[in-house]
Amino acid sequence: METLILFAPLVGALIGGFGWRLTGERAAMWITTGLLFVACAFSWIVFLTHDGVTEKIQLLRWIESGSLSTDWAIRMDRLTAIMLIVITTVSALVHLYSFGYMADDPQWKEGESYKPRFFAYLSFFTFAMLMLVTSDNLVQMFFGWEGVGVASYLLIGFYYRKPTANAAAIKAFVVNRVGDFGFALGIFGLYYLTDSVKFDDIFAAAPALAETTVHFLWADWNAANLIAVLLFIGAMGKSAQLFLHTWLPDAMEGPTPVSALIHAATMVTAGVFLVCRMSPLMEYAPEATAFITILGATTAFVAATIGLVQNDIKRVIAYSTMSQLGYMFVAAGVGAYSVAMFHLFTHAFFKAMLFLGAGSVIHAMHHEQDMRNYGGLRKKIPYTFAAMLIGTLAITGVGIPLTGWIGFAGFASKDAVIESAFAADPMGYAFWMLVIAALFTSFYSWRLMFLTFFGKPRGDKHTHEHAHESPMVMLVPLGVLAVGSIFAGAIWYSSFFGKTNEIASFFGVPYAEASEHGEAKDDHGEAKDDHAAPKDDKKKKTSYAFTGKPGEGAIYTGKDNHVIHDAHYVPTWVKLSPFIAMVIGFLMAMCFYIWDPKMPKRTMEHNRPLYNFLLNKWYFDELYDAIFVKPASMIGRFFWKRGDGDVIDGTLNGVAMGIVPFFTRLAGRAQSGYIFTYAFAMVIGILVLVTWMTFSGGAQ
Amino acid sequence: MDNLLSIVTFIPALAALILALFLRGSDEAAARNAKWLAMIATSATFIVSLFILFQFDSSNTGFQMVEEASWIMGMQYKMGVDGISVLFVMLTTFMMPLVIAASWNVETRVKEYMIAFLLLETLMLGVFMALDLVLFYVFFEAGLIPMFLIIGIWGGANRIYASFKFFLYTFLGSVLMLVAMVAMFVNAGTTDIPTLMTHTFGSESFSLLGIHVVGGLQTLMFLAFFASFAVKMPMWPVHTWLPDAHVQAPTAGSVVLAAILLKMGGYGFLRFSLPMFPVGADVLTPLILWMSAIAIVYTSLVALVQEDMKKLIAYSSVAHMGYVTMGIFAANQQGIDGAIFQMISHGFISGALFLCVGVIYDRMHTREIDAYGGLVNRMPAYALIFMFFTMANVGLPGTSGFVGEFLTLVGVFQVNTWVAAVATAGVILSAAYALWLYRRVVMGDLIKESLRTITDMTTRERAIFAPLVVMTLLLGVYPALVLDIIGPSVEALVSNYETALASAPNATAAVASH
Repeated sequence: METLILFAPLVGALIGGFGWRLTGERAAMWITTGLLFVACAFSWIVFLTHDGVTEKIQLLRWIESGSLSTDWAIRMDRLTAIMLIVITTVSALVHLYSFGYMADDPQWKEGESYKPRFFAYLSFFTFAMLMLVTSDNLVQMFFGWEGVGVASYLLIGFYYRKPTANAAAIKAFVVNRVGDFGFALGIFGLYYLTDSVKFDDIFAAAPALAETTVHFLWADWNAANLIAVLLFIGAMGKSAQLFLHTWLPDAMEGPTPVSALIHAATMVTAGVFLVCRMSPLMEYAPEATAFITILGATTAFVAATIGLVQNDIKRVIAYSTMSQLGYMFVAAGVGAYSVAMFHLFTHAFFKAMLFLGAGSVIHAMHHEQDMRNYGGLRKKIPYTFAAMLIGTLAITGVGIPLTGWIGFAGFASKDAVIESAFAADPMGYAFWMLVIAALFTSFYSWRLMFLTFFGKPRGDKHTHEHAHESPMVMLVPLGVLAVGSIFAGAIWYSSFFGKTNEIASFFGVPYAEASEHGEAKDDHGEAKDDHAAPKDDKKKKTSYAFTGKPGEGAIYTGKDNHVIHDAHYVPTWVKLSPFIAMVIGFLMAMCFYIWDPKMPKRTMEHNRPLYNFLLNKWYFDELYDAIFVKPASMIGRFFWKRGDGDVIDGTLNGVAMGIVPFFTRLAGRAQSGYIFTYAFAMVIGILVLVTWMTFSGGAQ
Repeated sequence: MDNLLSIVTFIPALAALILALFLRGSDEAAARNAKWLAMIATSATFIVSLFILFQFDSSNTGFQMVEEASWIMGMQYKMGVDGISVLFVMLTTFMMPLVIAASWNVETRVKEYMIAFLLLETLMLGVFMALDLVLFYVFFEAGLIPMFLIIGIWGGANRIYASFKFFLYTFLGSVLMLVAMVAMFVNAGTTDIPTLMTHTFGSESFSLLGIHVVGGLQTLMFLAFFASFAVKMPMWPVHTWLPDAHVQAPTAGSVVLAAILLKMGGYGFLRFSLPMFPVGADVLTPLILWMSAIAIVYTSLVALVQEDMKKLIAYSSVAHMGYVTMGIFAANQQGIDGAIFQMISHGFISGALFLCVGVIYDRMHTREIDAYGGLVNRMPAYALIFMFFTMANVGLPGTSGFVGEFLTLVGVFQVNTWVAAVATAGVILSAAYALWLYRRVVMGDLIKESLRTITDMTTRERAIFAPLVVMTLLLGVYPALVLDIIGPSVEALVSNYETALASAPNATAAVASH
């Protein structure tokens, strides 16, 4: 069944790409979409019936050289199962949605066939993404990793007539390659150290790696930390973390369904998946995970600040994605892998919905994307408004405080992240950054809502008059995702962020009663006395702890890692903090955009430099252009003209001018003298050789 | 068939002879006959060469299907293949029918053109099969004559300059190689390559003209061979002949040059430098690894700013050959496996890229990147094929380009992490220049008036690309097809190399103290 899930999208891609000439456009699109729904149905079956036991299916031999051996293979465990449903569900819905969204695209001329191609790319992307998450070794994962990169390149540049789209596509690919540079070095290093690229062998070797020092570039490093950081550089590229994030906002040049599928729900979360997948290694790499935490927290903050002032509806959501990815990395960095996956899982639903909702708005507004030209749309497109509202409630984390799980999807998972961050480092950098980011998240999400759906219509009057609700094929996916955005958090709360034994059995990790670990229990007893602890602990149930060796189960949590457990016992004010931040953000947005619509302008004028700094995205693009892009072409030109031209050719020509005329004279006046020179030289050579051999006693 | 190798080698030469002797006239019929005869001959060569592949026993690491005969003046004619050479033979026979098909529109001196290509095939096959030093030298050097003619007669406007440059570079290398060959004969008393591979050349360090030569005779001989192979490869900084030669050569010439002729350098390293002068190789390995790493970054940067399509792809070829030399001199299983794989794969991919340029050059007669733009609007099939090979060129996993790059980098990482890191950075640059080229040529709106009537690929053109696409994908998904054949021979090569180094303690100690 796993094989079927994996290859159905590939078949779909081939039919969409080539088969449509035989079947016709519409049929090809339906077959492609149908295959995705089949894959989706099977994925849910796999997910719901999965018992946590890791299963491996070998498909075909791949690269084998000496002791290096990789297969095309499927590794089925809980992590894979989670990713399977996320990918296939969002992908199937996006396929369906695209029927409506791509129906009459103004980018194309009459009679041009672009739809099957679009579906083929979407399906190809899905295939590559599935290869990535089902892999049982790092090299196949790299295949998926680069495969989704190509799909992303093709889809961002789908409007190939638009220069901005082409530029964004190249930027996405090249920036990702910078990340891949780290990823690849990580793979090389792992093979060098463990003599394998298979997960099983790497996980088993992880404890040993922590004890190993390896010389890399200029210094000796702890092997586990070095490899973890290198792999994380790959994750930074794919998941748009700070410094390698500049491609993500530009990627919004692609059609909106693409943004929903690739740049919100699936591809960009691959980095989080990688870190969780490598949890046995990460657990032995404390410095690396500290780095991941700090970078994740910083990304969450920086992206949120930029999101505050953007005017393009898709860019706001793009920065919001980047910020949420930062949350996930913080969770993974502090060792709460299941929490990172939880946020990944819920985020996929509400972020995909926000994008599809934004797509629906854009569709209604004739491809206008500037929010300054929206306003008052809630009556024109009520279903879209409802969907966006649910998405906003989910992303800002609305729920009943202190219950932990009663609320929208984002409430359960985001609070879990923040609590984990606090548990790992009380009052630490990560915690505060995330709380502030939560405030900003609330502000920019509501700002988006207010600018779009409330107030008076702005911009082109004609466009507003013709604003219309989207067709059913677009609304149905929104509805399905809305269900996920509301309930996903509550339903799976205990599996991802419940008691240790619940998480352990969900992820197939061995566990044991924790009463043996006396000290760990004492700490929590203290916390419990001070604060009203959640009800499940009041009964003094036996608590559990993760056991088992690295590689057993889908995630590995070290013996000294109690973050998830501790996260349940953080002080009450910590549990309330994201909620309070959310309310403040909401009220500020109300202030700015409902009660006093002049306020944004006033604030902007008073803080012009700060506003420009944020509007220009902290000037990362300008900076990179100045220190990487421009110098690269300058150096290239220098090497070409000066290096190749003057130095190398100059020297050789200088030498040659002395020798060659001598031979050309010998060769006579033949018109193409150089050829004869050559033949002549060769004959002389053979003669010398033969003469020498004859005189020195002859060959055999 | 006891002399299968000779049959394969000389079928094209025989066809060339028939053309030269019996084909008269220069009318259209004669041209057509010449083309068809060349097509039949190269196809027949390919089909017969398949028997080599079927008979080949990859578990045997020695030379197979060996033929031996006396030749003039007491010299030996000896041919044979092993796991390292057999796939180069296959690459050559596979590419040549495609090259002939790509030349179907040649109008000037068709007969001579076909003769040149047929002779070239024989000589190239000879290089990969020769097991005698003199025989190798003859094939190796003579093979360049038809190539000169192809560039010089059917080339572009600046062809004289290009072939002149080509000559200069190769000539200097050849002289040194010849001297080394003489020295080898004096030292070992034979020109038999298998015997020479087991012969141990002196590696005691000595002083020459006041310079302390670590590794002694071996280092000197290595350098002499290196001079020739490095130019052929071509390695930085003796690469500048290649862009010029490519630019001036006709499409088919570029394809042969990139796909097959460049591989002679790499093959030479594997056949001569590593097995015969292990100490010399070891002494110079750090230098060569760095030259390779520099080549990758340097030429990738240069490729970034090119304005001529062929030049850009030529520079990209140099960068890819950097991975090859790097892998070879990592001197471990992954490195050398990767290097051979990269050479085979680069044969298909760069060949296809030059064909891609040829397709639009035939239509517009310019290689200027600026003259194009928005081709996807009128040439969707071309856009697809070009995209595919662009991605293969940047080493996308799933295409053959990835396997070679990956293995060479894995190999070199175990030897020198700096070189591995610099070379891996080249992967970023390759994406940049390849996609930038693709964007300027294919993407965008079709604005240029001259391109309004451009037509998509013909059936003949599609048929040429089809086998290349198949091979690139097949080797990318199931590289065992190649790795199973070369694996045992490479393993033997590596273990011999390591044994030889271990038994020459003086020099290795000296190297270690570097």
